[in-house]
Amino acid sequence: MAETRDFSLFTRPRPDGGSQMEIAIEGINCGGCINRIENTVKHLPGVADARLNFTNRRLTIAWQDPRFEPGSAIDALGRMGYRAYPFAARNAEEEDAKQAKFLLRCLAVAGFAAMNIMLLSVSVWSGNVTDITPETRDLFHWLSALIALPAAAYAGRPFFMSAYRALAGRRTNMDVPISIGIILALGLSLAETITHAEHAYFDSAVMLIFFLLCGRYLDHAMRQKTRAVAGNLAALKAETAYRMLDSGELVQVPAAALEMGQCILVRAGERVAADGIVVSGRSSLDQSLITGETLPHKVGSGDTVYAGSINLEGTLTLRVTGAAENSLIDEIDRLLDKAVKARSRYVRLADRAAGYYAPVVHSAAALTFAGWMLAGAGFHTSILIAISVLIITCPCALALAIPAVQVVAAGKLFRSGIFLNAGDAIERLAEADTIVFDKTGTLTLPEPRVINAHIIDPDMTVAAARLALASRHPLAAALARHTDVTAPFDKAVEEPGRGVGATVDDRTMRLGSAEFCDIIGDPAFAEAERLGASTICFRWGERQAVFIVHQSLRPGAADAIAALAARGFDIHILSGDRPAAVAQIATALSVRNWQGGMTPAEKVAALEGMKAQGRRVLMVGDGINDAPSLAAAYVSMSPITAADLSQAQADAVFLGERLDPVIETVTAARKARRLMHQNLALAVIYNAIAVPLAVAGLVTPLIAALAMSGSSLLVTLNALRARSGGKAVTAIQPLESVARTA
Amino acid sequence: MSVLVWLVPIALGLGLTGLFAFLWSLRNNQYDDLEGAALRVLDDDDLVTPPARPSTEREA
Repeated sequence: MAETRDFSLFTRPRPDGGSQMEIAIEGINCGGCINRIENTVKHLPGVADARLNFTNRRLTIAWQDPRFEPGSAIDALGRMGYRAYPFAARNAEEEDAKQAKFLLRCLAVAGFAAMNIMLLSVSVWSGNVTDITPETRDLFHWLSALIALPAAAYAGRPFFMSAYRALAGRRTNMDVPISIGIILALGLSLAETITHAEHAYFDSAVMLIFFLLCGRYLDHAMRQKTRAVAGNLAALKAETAYRMLDSGELVQVPAAALEMGQCILVRAGERVAADGIVVSGRSSLDQSLITGETLPHKVGSGDTVYAGSINLEGTLTLRVTGAAENSLIDEIDRLLDKAVKARSRYVRLADRAAGYYAPVVHSAAALTFAGWMLAGAGFHTSILIAISVLIITCPCALALAIPAVQVVAAGKLFRSGIFLNAGDAIERLAEADTIVFDKTGTLTLPEPRVINAHIIDPDMTVAAARLALASRHPLAAALARHTDVTAPFDKAVEEPGRGVGATVDDRTMRLGSAEFCDIIGDPAFAEAERLGASTICFRWGERQAVFIVHQSLRPGAADAIAALAARGFDIHILSGDRPAAVAQIATALSVRNWQGGMTPAEKVAALEGMKAQGRRVLMVGDGINDAPSLAAAYVSMSPITAADLSQAQADAVFLGERLDPVIETVTAARKARRLMHQNLALAVIYNAIAVPLAVAGLVTPLIAALAMSGSSLLVTLNALRARSGGKAVTAIQPLESVARTA
Repeated sequence: MSVLVWLVPIALGLGLTGLFAFLWSLRNNQYDDLEGAALRVLDDDDLVTPPARPSTEREA
């Protein structure tokens, strides 16, 4: 590589005066890789340290020498066969890591307190039936209080803070009854201790915190891992741009480092890295990722070009305008904001359950108190029994029931190459009854393919593909992809904007435009015209061939659509492409409901219309024009090849070329939802047994502790059933499609 | 019950030691890469000098 590279955006200063950078690496599978990568990078001149994190597949390199060029580490990794890309963690991910550590610290404190209090409590319980002296019991209770109160104050913060936020916003959530239960249990126990009573409930309160933190940490860890891998994929997909300096020099920079007003050069076959206005050059662009339109779009100087389009022909110089001045992106931004606000009102199953549960539990406790008072039991006994009702019904099982299922189901999907973005995505996926597909890039593959090779001589196809290897043109790339040839012809000469030529066995070969190959009136032209496809011509001496290159259906799309329809889903296609092109795909997939030529706003309006009919829509799409509809739909999915903006809006992102993950996801989600309901039912049954006992005043701390642990264990075991069924796909295999785009 | 005067502080002290050891290791990023740590155990390259690798330049 001759160009200079600038990675300053990704380097961070170190406390010791040096610099460091993180690199996301693809293709690490085993422990041996750790050693190979670290040793190789460490031995590069200038590198002070290299440490690979196997969990999130990122290498951190540190160096002191300001002259060290981090690109050399990426090249070294490339020579070893690993694809690598500089990585800067997003703010959300850093926040996540902090939150995970916070939960872990709370968990450790709760665990320590629970163990030690349990030791003291067991002594008290066994002492109560034999020979413990009141003084010793009091001492043990005071010791328990001494451990429990600070520990609960420290470790209970995740619940207290969330409950406080909910109450301040005049809502209620799962954490409100939890916090009330914990605080009342501690308060009661302290009062009991002061009055020298036989029982205290410190152990119940602290164990409750411990169990709940376990659930919460697991949930968090799962999503953190998903997010880390998805972040790596995004980094590996990230674009670089050739920036033109005022001196006329070219510097390769990450697209993220571009600023307004800078000039970039886009050559034929490259993806445009930023929005901009054409300063010089003429070309046609493939804008399928932006608008869904598959026909090339001609641009000249003064025209606006959007990031994500592919430059098909000439070299363009662009002045970067960012997202500031163009109407399409502006409008998409505006639609996105609206859609995201509309969806944030979704209430999770657990919180909905808590909404019914908390008033019931609290009134049961109040009634118990009133009942015992009326029965003449005295204030102290009545409040004691009322509080034990609160403790035993404390929604331990309820709070674990739903996150536990979510974690297990998300883990299963993760192993199949499906990453969930949102914690409540599973519930919403399970409730969907209508699926809306985008066409370009979703039902069809993101890259065009040769579709008429079966009527062309195989030796012609192979020869054309070998010649195509010498060109960077996207249509040539499609032809090269079609066969598995790897050896280009020597001495192939590319004529920019026209084609490639070579002489083999004294016969000339030409691949490119019709006039370059001197071909007129092939039936393939009419066919291509009808489909709205592109053609690439090939002449080999006297023989000639015209290849039609067009978006092709994802493999197995028809089967996947049929399977989804068989599961009772209503299938629709909404596309920005021309109606004729959409009609063809709709017929091939036997989908009756379709619309073409839609703008982002029209798509959102169509989704709103379905919503008004009471449908719950799962939107599957990939283009930038789909981002608002992905956000507006009840729930959404994107393939990993989708535009960044769309991926950020999707509730789930899937790897691979097939559409099967959509089926797998909805199946797993429906199963998970069934298990969540079962778990809620288990929690209700548990309460139906425990509450009468508590109301009758029969609950001792021992029974409370056992009942609580037992019910938690039961729902966790039930949640593990979400893991069974379905097939595990290795998440590594489908990555080539990602690797290709950069 | 004078034995409690010794046993209770010892039990709590041991528990606290464990807790602080955990918090210390957490602060030192020991839990950032659990999968990698499990695999690094199997790596015995620190026992011998690493063989020269043709693709890397080595410092003198």
